[in-house]
Amino acid sequence: MPAVNHGPGHPGLASSPAPAPASDSPPASSPAPASRKVVLEPEEIRRALTRIAHEILERTDGGAGTVLLGIPTRGVPLAQRLAERIEQVEGRPIPHGSLDITMYRDDLRLRPARALGRTEVPAGGIDGAIVVLVDDVLYSGRTVRAALDALNDLGRPRSVQLAVLIDRGHRELPVRPDYVGKNLPTSKQEVVRVMLTEVDGADAVLLGRADSEGRE
Amino acid sequence: MSETWLIRGARPLGGEPADILIRDGLIDSIGAATAPAGAQAIGADGLIALPGLVDLHTHLREPGREDAETVETGTRAAALGGFTAVHAMANTDPVADTAGVVEQIWRLGRQAGHCDVHPVGAVTVGLGGARLAELGAMADSAARVRVFSDDGKCVSDAVLMRRALEYVKAFDGVIAQHAQEPRLTDGAQLNEGEMSARLGLTGWPAVAEEAIIARDCLLAAHVGSALHICHVSTAGSVEIIRWAKGKGWRVTAEVTPHHLLLTDSLAAGYDPVYKVNPPLRTAADVAALREGLADGTIDCVATDHAPHPVEDKETEWDTAAFGMTGLETALRVVQQAMVDTGLLDWAGVADRMSRRPAVIGRLAGAGGELAPGQPASLTLYDPAARDTVNPATHASRSRNSPFGGMELPGRVVATFLRGIPTVLDGKIA
Amino acid sequence: MNRHLISAGDLTRDDALLILDTADELAQISDRPIKKLPTLRGRTVVNLFFEDSTRTRISFEAAAKRLSADVINFSAKGSSVAKGESLKDTALTLEAMGADAVIVRHSASGAPQRLAGWVRGTVVNAGDGSHEHPTQALLDSFTIRRHFGRSASSRAGAPGAASPGSASRVPADGALDGLRVTIVGDVLHSRVARSNVLLLHTLGADVTLVAPPTLLPVAVGSWPCSVSYDFDSALPKSDVVMMLRVQQERMNAAYFPSVREYSRRYGLDAARMAQLPDQAIVMHPGPMNRGVEIAAEVADSARSTIVEQVANGVSVRMAVLYLLLGGAEGES
Repeated sequence: MPAVNHGPGHPGLASSPAPAPASDSPPASSPAPASRKVVLEPEEIRRALTRIAHEILERTDGGAGTVLLGIPTRGVPLAQRLAERIEQVEGRPIPHGSLDITMYRDDLRLRPARALGRTEVPAGGIDGAIVVLVDDVLYSGRTVRAALDALNDLGRPRSVQLAVLIDRGHRELPVRPDYVGKNLPTSKQEVVRVMLTEVDGADAVLLGRADSEGRE
Repeated sequence: MSETWLIRGARPLGGEPADILIRDGLIDSIGAATAPAGAQAIGADGLIALPGLVDLHTHLREPGREDAETVETGTRAAALGGFTAVHAMANTDPVADTAGVVEQIWRLGRQAGHCDVHPVGAVTVGLGGARLAELGAMADSAARVRVFSDDGKCVSDAVLMRRALEYVKAFDGVIAQHAQEPRLTDGAQLNEGEMSARLGLTGWPAVAEEAIIARDCLLAAHVGSALHICHVSTAGSVEIIRWAKGKGWRVTAEVTPHHLLLTDSLAAGYDPVYKVNPPLRTAADVAALREGLADGTIDCVATDHAPHPVEDKETEWDTAAFGMTGLETALRVVQQAMVDTGLLDWAGVADRMSRRPAVIGRLAGAGGELAPGQPASLTLYDPAARDTVNPATHASRSRNSPFGGMELPGRVVATFLRGIPTVLDGKIA
Repeated sequence: MNRHLISAGDLTRDDALLILDTADELAQISDRPIKKLPTLRGRTVVNLFFEDSTRTRISFEAAAKRLSADVINFSAKGSSVAKGESLKDTALTLEAMGADAVIVRHSASGAPQRLAGWVRGTVVNAGDGSHEHPTQALLDSFTIRRHFGRSASSRAGAPGAASPGSASRVPADGALDGLRVTIVGDVLHSRVARSNVLLLHTLGADVTLVAPPTLLPVAVGSWPCSVSYDFDSALPKSDVVMMLRVQQERMNAAYFPSVREYSRRYGLDAARMAQLPDQAIVMHPGPMNRGVEIAAEVADSARSTIVEQVANGVSVRMAVLYLLLGGAEGES
């Protein structure tokens, strides 16, 4: 069974060379294979994020007492971009950081132990705050469930909201997003690939068939 | 009651094929022969015929450690290895330091009947290194002890060693020294070198062996006595012995099969099957030992067969017993290390594994010649056979062979002890 | 071997950095009110300590518990082992109990290796004889890395201790290239020294061993480090000085003539500490012989990392347990 990577995977402490850090997709330099279709252009991504930023401001009373936490890998630059837009609009910064959920995953025992992403919680913490979790793709909902468990051990937020760039359906848990960049109905045989400049060198959302390389 | 045997087409000492006729316990003829009436025949095409091997250094463990080996099981193992005589070391319980104990062991050997057992007498009482044992009484006993050794321990006291060397001159005895300076090897586990440093095991320096050998060669020369060095294991030791022999001094030496083949790198997995006294050394030492055996500096191969029960070897390295079995694999290892590498021919093997040990052991009427009129103690060996060593099938009671899982050439097909077969078709007869 | 952690020499540079990076992340747990992660819930970790060591055992216990594993402590005293039970039989008992991991400390070099042949679970070496103590070396490297701004958090721009020399000497992967580590003391009998020499070399540091000739292995010349008998000349060239414990019993076996002479020639006192470069740190794996290899005032000085080494030990051991046990069993 091909190793399905959601991060650099290591079978225990095997001496295999570490794959490229913080990347779970092929580098952007390889052109999208013919089997992949671009479903969101850079411009559309930009507009979607701007809209989400405004929606967040509306629903959190101008971002007061709000903390954005991006889920590594690509949720982090997305949270960063949202924070920048919010700061532009409101004229003051909004606390943001990252929340790695690897240790809370429910599928840990199915693959070799993975490297951890960074967790950086802003200095004020999350107690009593509105926490907006930010991720690139919402699929089964298990990542979000893990994030909720992680938040539980960090403190007690006033409420938790979820912002995603793409909602591709096929929920396996009762999780629903508060902010969505684009609803993208997919079949389970399809693969959604989000590329962001900070990680992959360019912005794009690609839709393709799952091939022999696994989720790639 | 003796049998008549015709061995057809064997190659004595690796030479041209010839028939060997055995009658009344002696070799009747070597050369083309027709089977006399009532003779049993063995087809020995392709088999090497060697005089019965003589082991100067075996541990039969009886009396005292019969859980590891007995005279019965040990001599079976010897016969299966092609041996017709073994010297049983004295570190039994009770120690073989009196006429009574050595005679007991000698009798057990005769009863078992698989090979001749020559007990070695302890040099000091209880192997304590303090007082001489009754060497004369042991020499006069039915066991006719001529080789004396505290093996397992070193006679480290210089004065005591001197006295022992002098004393045995009276009855043409020889002291066989286990060369190990005790203070330099306190708690030692493995050859002192790169491996021991890496593995964190207390080192056993080569000098602990070499210093004693040098001292004892000088002592033997000074008092005009004979000295035999047990299980030589280092290149430095070979050089010292070569020097001593060059001076004309009466020094003889033995090497074990495992020291001709194995190095300390095998200890990497901490498996105590490779733990032995003296320890396995480096490749350079192995090369020097082979050369020494080839040029005769080292006189003979002696197995130092040291059986141990499973619980003494299946532990962490530090607490495991020292020793390896060797009787059943000796000839095969020598073939691998010396014959197949071109260092020694079969005549040389006969010399190093039968003739010379018999001389050193002062064995009358044994060892060494395949010639008409000589006792028919011989072994038939197939050098073309090849298989993986499986200690579980060994006749020895113990399984601690370092060659387990290794492919080795050769197979002992038959062994005769003064005309009576002890092994036929690779099995006890 | 990737199922076990027995020798620091088994870790590649990438393996080691993975452990250190993971430990970096897990270190944050100690600052949280809830110091727990669910990752090893339902797994059983056995502490098999044949040698007394409260400090290391507690460190492993804390690490396992913070990952929600069940911990069983087995100490040799007063147990069946004291009554003569063999290592093998102890191992078989653990197997029957279903231990997922066995953390073993033993006075015999090679005991973890033997154990690994008898149990199905993961074996972590917590110190075997004079052989190795890999998690100690890992926490030492972790400590050094943090101090010299090599850890991911420091490299991401957070203020940390300055690196010696120019910033361009800091390798991209945050290893220890360019750092000079001097290890002082009874190298011959030290498993901490062996593991550290291997791991520091793997991570790119320059290692120098300082000791009297009697306390160095005969074959030390083949090790990936330099050797010196002169402590004073090594001081100004050291970014890290790691002091090893010296047992006074060694004096009776003629390794050195007296504690006084050892201390004078190889002890780290205030005068020697003053010879160190400004940013250099002093480390000790503990327990210390105050006044023998290290003066009290040095142990308590600002340069000393001895206390934080203990805290770092928990994070590093959490990382090791997670990476060995947190994923699918065996190799993929």
